[in-house]
Amino acid sequence: MSLLHFTLITFVASLVAGVLGSMLGLGGGVIIVPFLTLWMKIDIRYAVGASIVSVIATSSGAAAAYVRERMTNMRVAMFLEIATSAGALTGAFLAGIIAVRWIYIIFGAVLGYSAIVMFKKRNHAESPAVDPDPFADRLRLHSSFHDDALGHEVHYRVSHTKLGFAMMYVAGIVSGLLGIGSGALKVPAMDLLMRLPIKVSTATSNFMIGVTAAASAGVYFVRGDIDPFISAPVVTGVLIGATVGSKMLQKIQSNWIRVLFVIVLLWVSAQMLFKGIHG
Amino acid sequence: MSLEPAKTKTPLSEEARALEKVHQVELVISTLLRAGVVLSFCVVLAGMAMTFLQHPEYSETITMQTRPVAFPHSVADVLRGVMDLRGQSVILLGIAILIATPVLRVGISIFAFMYQRDRTYVVITSIVLILLLASFALGKVEG
Repeated sequence: MSLLHFTLITFVASLVAGVLGSMLGLGGGVIIVPFLTLWMKIDIRYAVGASIVSVIATSSGAAAAYVRERMTNMRVAMFLEIATSAGALTGAFLAGIIAVRWIYIIFGAVLGYSAIVMFKKRNHAESPAVDPDPFADRLRLHSSFHDDALGHEVHYRVSHTKLGFAMMYVAGIVSGLLGIGSGALKVPAMDLLMRLPIKVSTATSNFMIGVTAAASAGVYFVRGDIDPFISAPVVTGVLIGATVGSKMLQKIQSNWIRVLFVIVLLWVSAQMLFKGIHG
Repeated sequence: MSLEPAKTKTPLSEEARALEKVHQVELVISTLLRAGVVLSFCVVLAGMAMTFLQHPEYSETITMQTRPVAFPHSVADVLRGVMDLRGQSVILLGIAILIATPVLRVGISIFAFMYQRDRTYVVITSIVLILLLASFALGKVEG
């Protein structure tokens, strides 16, 4: 396979990763890393470098549209970013101390469980009745967005902000330790705990992951892990894919997004359990 | 730090004006993200085109296993490469622009919340920026 051939195939795979990642609030690393390592036989070091770049591309590519359409809840994102970036810092400190193997097993199980709970919630229409949360009132987190699939404005209230904040801290630690899974943990926390509509959850998660990834990407860049041959098709493919995906999220019904998310979540959970068990 | 108290009842026109400000801010942030993304996309694409045009062997005999892995990774080296119109350096410049975009977004948001006179969120966003810069600095030391 010539370098040009590799570039074209990687571009197509990245296009798919961009569409899925932007709709589901995941960086697209769940597709990019296995694709590059298992299929293209690329060294994990460069695959992770390309994956971190793909996270930023997904996030920024789709966020331009999501912010304008108010799919992203910017206040929720900004507030929770404190927790995720503090968590990522903590994770970096813990990296040498904690046995990563058990983290994979624990969070593989957590994600698997979240997938089941999220799947069960699929037929309960997003109800406006949530537990009152004075903290969310004070931070003025409640908002609304226009759902194209429903054809009207959806008003929603945010709940359990403090618990959600704590969960985001944990999500930050995990992504700092493992380098993956931050979006996979953020979306269930916003959906199940804070009771944001699923589309707002994925769009807001999508908005947040770019910031955390940018911090680590600087490090990877300086370390020389970002290979231009691999990253160029990844960036261009993901950016186009994310633009397409952000248009699709508005049109697709919430339940489909939920089911699609659950499938990918199970896949991430299986990957983590596999890594934990096989070391 | 005390959180800003919930807004007392204000006349509708003022509320509408506040909402208008929020939309303006959203538009600014959205435009910034789009500009960063489009610029980065074009630069990376140009770099790719240059790489393959400069090296015909890349589309024939060279594979991922035999590719040159000595690429620049300090800002100075990348810039020097761009001056010499080297394709790989141009690609990395595009990626550097992409990495800078979310950081810039957080920075701009601080000013955006100032404009909205939203002190709580000016503080929140500033903390995020500090944590972001701290983790970047920390990683640099470790790396």
